[in-house]
Amino acid sequence: MSAINPERRKFLGKTSAVFAGLVIAPGVLLYDFAHGRAAGEAASGRVRWGMLVDTGQCASDCNDCVSACNKENGLSGGTSATDSQWIRKVELKDLRSGRTTSLPVMCQHCEHPPCADVCPTGASFRRADGIVLVDKHRCIGCRYCMMACPYKARSFVHEPLTDQNPDVPRGKGTVESCTLCVHRVDRGEQPACVEACAKAGRRAILFGDIADPESEISKRIRAVASAQIRADLMLNPGIRYEGM
Amino acid sequence: MKLMKNFLLVLLLAMTPAWAGDSVAPRLDIGKGGQCVEDPKLMRRNHMDILRHQRDETMRSGVRGSRHSLAGCVDCHASSRNNSVLGGSENFCQGCHTYAGVRIDCFECHSSKRKTVAEAGK
Repeated sequence: MSAINPERRKFLGKTSAVFAGLVIAPGVLLYDFAHGRAAGEAASGRVRWGMLVDTGQCASDCNDCVSACNKENGLSGGTSATDSQWIRKVELKDLRSGRTTSLPVMCQHCEHPPCADVCPTGASFRRADGIVLVDKHRCIGCRYCMMACPYKARSFVHEPLTDQNPDVPRGKGTVESCTLCVHRVDRGEQPACVEACAKAGRRAILFGDIADPESEISKRIRAVASAQIRADLMLNPGIRYEGM
Repeated sequence: MKLMKNFLLVLLLAMTPAWAGDSVAPRLDIGKGGQCVEDPKLMRRNHMDILRHQRDETMRSGVRGSRHSLAGCVDCHASSRNNSVLGGSENFCQGCHTYAGVRIDCFECHSSKRKTVAEAGK
């Protein structure tokens, strides 16, 4: 272990004093951290990004979230076995009552992601703020994670790509999935699907910090009945569904 | 006099870029150019380490807005002709990497185009 660095101590003392000054009471902040981070600041473990999907507002004939995702992340929009799909619309039908439900399913951003568990190189990982990502610099394309994921959320890039979105690097030989539009979230914006859903006038997807009890999403999760897909697996996904 | 000659020779050598006088040296279109984030000499030798460090910081910890980002390199150094750091022997990244005989992997995934232009083209 290295010796104690008095300069670092002083710096830590000062910065913690500054942060303490921002807190009025426990849980009440003068400064709202949810609106993007300052340059050079790492993702915080005090935040956990999540979504609440209101299936009652989601229409079976609407595909706006999927097309917005494709456009934002530069996906082809194809649905064959070798095409990347980060978000899909799924139709559920209760055979007894005949009731149908339509909902978008994407990476569920688990608290205990099985993809990261099985990854032999550490490429699949969960960022401090709960976003599950693939570090393509480390991905060797073995696709264990695709098999481990109970939500079928991941895709493999089979062909060489060109003209990627500068914010969304993608390449042949690596696995990819919904990033919760991490590049937008880091700028303080909403994921593309959420924005598109609101634009279509449905507001079926609510995005926010589920670790903050005062956020809109946390209040709604407390107020209405919602469920996680395959909650029995105890993965604690960050995506919840209302009315499913 | 001999001392003076030696002094001048050393001065001359110090002022010459490593590849000057080489007729096959890359003639690069440095794009916007201007003040680089670090000393160009340091960048020539160490840009790969700086980029590798930054890539892990950004990817794993979510640190954004750093001055050592690959997108930042492209934004300044994309050619004025095709808005890319790739394409031919005068393009900033490709030109030098071809000269040095080093394969460049970054742009198999990352965009080689200036951000504003890449987005306008969509």
